[in-house]
Amino acid sequence: MQIRHSLILTGIAAVGAGAAPSALAETLDLTVTLPRMTVAEYHPPYVAIWLEKEGSPARTLSVWYDVDKPKNAGTKWLRDIRLWWRVSGRSMQFPADGVSGATRGPGTHKVSIPAGKLGNGAYTLVIEASREAGGREAVRVPFTVSGGKGSGKAAGTSELGAVALTVKP
Amino acid sequence: MKIFRLSLMATAAAATLALPTIASARLWLLPSETMFAGNGDEWVTVDFANSTDLFYFDHPAPQMEPVIFAPDGTQVQAENKGKGRFRATFDIHLTQKGTYKVAAISNAVFGSYTLNGEEKRLPRGTTAETLAQAIPAGATDVKTTVMAGRVETFLTAGEPTNTVFKATGEGLEMVPVTHPNDLIAGEKATFQFLLNGKPAANLPVVAIPGGVRYRGDLKQVDARTDAEGKVTFTWSDAGMYWISVTTAPPRPAPAAEGAPRPEPAPRPPRIDSYAATFEVLGS
Repeated sequence: MQIRHSLILTGIAAVGAGAAPSALAETLDLTVTLPRMTVAEYHPPYVAIWLEKEGSPARTLSVWYDVDKPKNAGTKWLRDIRLWWRVSGRSMQFPADGVSGATRGPGTHKVSIPAGKLGNGAYTLVIEASREAGGREAVRVPFTVSGGKGSGKAAGTSELGAVALTVKP
Repeated sequence: MKIFRLSLMATAAAATLALPTIASARLWLLPSETMFAGNGDEWVTVDFANSTDLFYFDHPAPQMEPVIFAPDGTQVQAENKGKGRFRATFDIHLTQKGTYKVAAISNAVFGSYTLNGEEKRLPRGTTAETLAQAIPAGATDVKTTVMAGRVETFLTAGEPTNTVFKATGEGLEMVPVTHPNDLIAGEKATFQFLLNGKPAANLPVVAIPGGVRYRGDLKQVDARTDAEGKVTFTWSDAGMYWISVTTAPPRPAPAAEGAPRPEPAPRPPRIDSYAATFEVLGS
């Protein structure tokens, strides 16, 4: 994961070479809590994280699923991340470089996602979790980017806990 | 075909036909799911049955063989076919990306004729193709109604596509404005109906969510196609829905207490109907 991200960063930086540092891509630091469930059968959820901006197509940032299953079999259940599947997933190919990642268990996860150049304006980060033999929940985090900076937070009630994000140049 | 139909209309137009009443049971196809990842090796199983309440198996299984159209427009074979008392079932191997259509297409002729002073019914299973053989020489007073129907459902692997919606120009057909594998509770969805390739205006359309056994309210939504043959629904809940359109004349209202029973409307020479099962997903 981390290696792939840094590769992409390099790529974007190359495109923006020569510009002032503030014109380079932003990074989205995200903290996501996956709640610990007291259930007999627990499987880490499939999670999709994407960015919405009015007038632009949804942009998938990360998808956590069973990437290690043989024959790409983990992709079969991606459509159960239903909102994401409709706005973005069904038009993508998996595995997707810089996007595919392994599932994560309960706890608080910090991820740093290269977000490309985010212009000023209102955005919504959406995170949707869908758990085998469990439920599904999407949390929307509205935030505003101004001069390459922004932040927002929200929280889920069932499949997702607190979600916080910071955008930094 | 064309000429034949015209002559049927002429003979049947004036007559009130003694035909079996249109069964109140509903014919439906029910896929195990409708959205697939599109990895080229997925399976769906489909039930095909006839029932009054949706979607329960309580009538004898239909005899028709549904056909399956793949996203590239070709027909593919059903696999693992089986038939029980109350349902037919089959699987489809989804190897292509895009939208598949499953369709049960019927074209039956009901009617009667008079031979040697005796009125006889056309045998069950008569079709437009076999009608000429079904009517013996010397028969008079031939009255027929063609009952043409389509029952469909749709499956999408990956992104929805539109190849399978190309209208044939025969009977009642549905052309989506909103793709039937892109339906979400609380959102509007619009469909256009065509009758012989032209907008089917002012026809009654019903939408009924499945699961009626466990609720008191049928939750039937009644709508009517506009001049362009279009109708718009807003889905109240997620679930499987059965949608139906027909050109059949409405049944007469029940008679008031003590009044004579109303005369049934004359049976038209042709009745077209269309029904489909749509999956509406939650937001």
